[in-house]
Amino acid sequence: MIKISQIHKSYVTGQNSLHVLKGIDLEIGAGEMISIMGASGSGKSTLLNILGILDNYDSGEYLLNGLKINRLSERKAAQLRNKMLGFVFQSFNLVSFKNALENVALPLYYQDVPRKKRNIVAMEYLDRMGLKDWAHHLPNELSGGQKQRVAIARALIGKPKVILADEPTGALDSATSLEVMDILQEVNATGITVIIVTHEHDIAMRTRKTIRITDGNITEIVSN
Amino acid sequence: MFDLDRWQEIYHVLSKNKLRTFLTAFGVFWGIFMLVIMLGSGNGLQRGVTQNFGDMATNSVFIWTQQTTIPYKGFPRGRRYNFDNEDVVAIQHSVPEIKYLAPRMQAGGYMETNNVIRGLKSGIFNIMGDYPAFNKIDPLNFIKGRFINDLDIKDKRKIAVVGTRVVEILFKKDENPISQYIQIRGVYFQVVGIFKSKRNGEQADQENNNIYIPFTTLQQTYNYGNAVGFFSITSQDDIPVSVVEEKTIRLLKQRHSVAPADDAAVGHFNLKKEYDQMQGLFFGIRFLVWIVGTGTLLAGVIGVSNIMLVVVRERTREIGIQRALGATPWKVISQIIMESVVLTTFAGYFGLVIGVGLLELINFLLDSSGANTEMFVHPGIDFSVAVTALSILVFCGALAGMIPARRAVSVKPIDALRYE
Repeated sequence: MIKISQIHKSYVTGQNSLHVLKGIDLEIGAGEMISIMGASGSGKSTLLNILGILDNYDSGEYLLNGLKINRLSERKAAQLRNKMLGFVFQSFNLVSFKNALENVALPLYYQDVPRKKRNIVAMEYLDRMGLKDWAHHLPNELSGGQKQRVAIARALIGKPKVILADEPTGALDSATSLEVMDILQEVNATGITVIIVTHEHDIAMRTRKTIRITDGNITEIVSN
Repeated sequence: MFDLDRWQEIYHVLSKNKLRTFLTAFGVFWGIFMLVIMLGSGNGLQRGVTQNFGDMATNSVFIWTQQTTIPYKGFPRGRRYNFDNEDVVAIQHSVPEIKYLAPRMQAGGYMETNNVIRGLKSGIFNIMGDYPAFNKIDPLNFIKGRFINDLDIKDKRKIAVVGTRVVEILFKKDENPISQYIQIRGVYFQVVGIFKSKRNGEQADQENNNIYIPFTTLQQTYNYGNAVGFFSITSQDDIPVSVVEEKTIRLLKQRHSVAPADDAAVGHFNLKKEYDQMQGLFFGIRFLVWIVGTGTLLAGVIGVSNIMLVVVRERTREIGIQRALGATPWKVISQIIMESVVLTTFAGYFGLVIGVGLLELINFLLDSSGANTEMFVHPGIDFSVAVTALSILVFCGALAGMIPARRAVSVKPIDALRYE
């Protein structure tokens, strides 16, 4: 599903150049569930952003579902993100003025699905997350766990091939963290590739493979 | 297509900081409001001044005699002379560019005691001897009856056409002046027409004080021989009146032994020149109004652009989320431009409506107070100007949104998502 080879990425600020990724090679098959671990500044988030086409890389090659991802136009990138990828963030990133239902339906809105139709689909996904009764609540009326479940529903509604989760449990207590991990595992069980960036060991243990990154290099790949 | 999500977002953005939105909108509102008020007032001024010309043909020239200033052909300077009936024939013969030629003679009225009497009532009025053509050059507004006609001229009939002021003074309120007789300088004339001036203010009062009688009647009745006091001339439609003016004056100088270089001996007034000057003045005023108005409007629009920049910055993260979820750059750009256009158009529309409303109120007050304002008549703007202003607004709104919108998508999605 994902194949990257010799990915390099540096951040240039003024005269300083920070070499964040120093030649990453990684292959992730369809339906895999892996975690990426590393200390802060190790480059794990940068890697995830490149995988999510939110950021570009300096050199190397990135194949997503056989498609070469390199210097795409913003329009093409947006369409790919919309169709292929689902994002789950640490801070949920729900749109504050849209209710849970509208938030979930947002990716379909960008596919120009009519409002009525996308709301029906969004309701199904909310129902799967057990949030049917909260559909018309605004994000600030939901608990952290509920917000993350809305975010997961939103990530799923576009029927993506890959879910990219950046510290999905970082803002949650341990009980809700477990809930969210249960959901992500269920998602993975439907055949969707799940990639989780985390620095919590027990979260990583819930995935099938853990990739450890140190100073921009993959130092360890462990099967859990 | 109505896109509820889009409008929801616009509403959210604009209502988030209501005071800021209001102040920004006020800038645009004020711009268009000022533009409307200034344009409307300019139009009012123009209408007022133009109405002072009445319905007078603007391609007219008026010619009268003055004292000579240069000795010529044995005549001393300072000589007085009169135009005469032969001049009329000569002018008609040798200046074919003339459309209407109306000789006129005035019988007193100026510095006179009561010159018109009817029964026990009397008054001082201007007595004009005129040709039918005069009503073509400087049309009057007839309430009743008619103007002088060719038969009146030919038969030297003793008929009179009187202004409303004359009627007020000489007749009772319920009397019908038509067919009644009035005594003008001791001679009885029958009233055949009543008119009201088309001008406004003082000029109207003066004109309503006039009594017109046939030119030929006046010459004979009051012993003016064949003297002509005054020529009103209109040129053919496609010929500049200055041509007629020059040719006629040259001819008249020749016929009355006036030195060709003696410009002071023949008095003349070219209405066209006056009118053009006036038009130039109004063009200048309008030009200035547009510059100042659009300047003010521009300041408002720049305000909108500024605020949109702030809004975009505030919403960086939100826009980042939308882009991560698959919003294309165009979707983001069009959204921001739309917000800007909505704000501008809404504010501008209010400015337009309130500006026009104020002008209408002024109109209403002017009308209902009955003030005869000479310089300011019916202020207001044309519908087409309003439409133009609104389209400029929409365009400016789009322009104002353009820079912030570009800024919004120039940030990488990941940087937008990280933005705190």
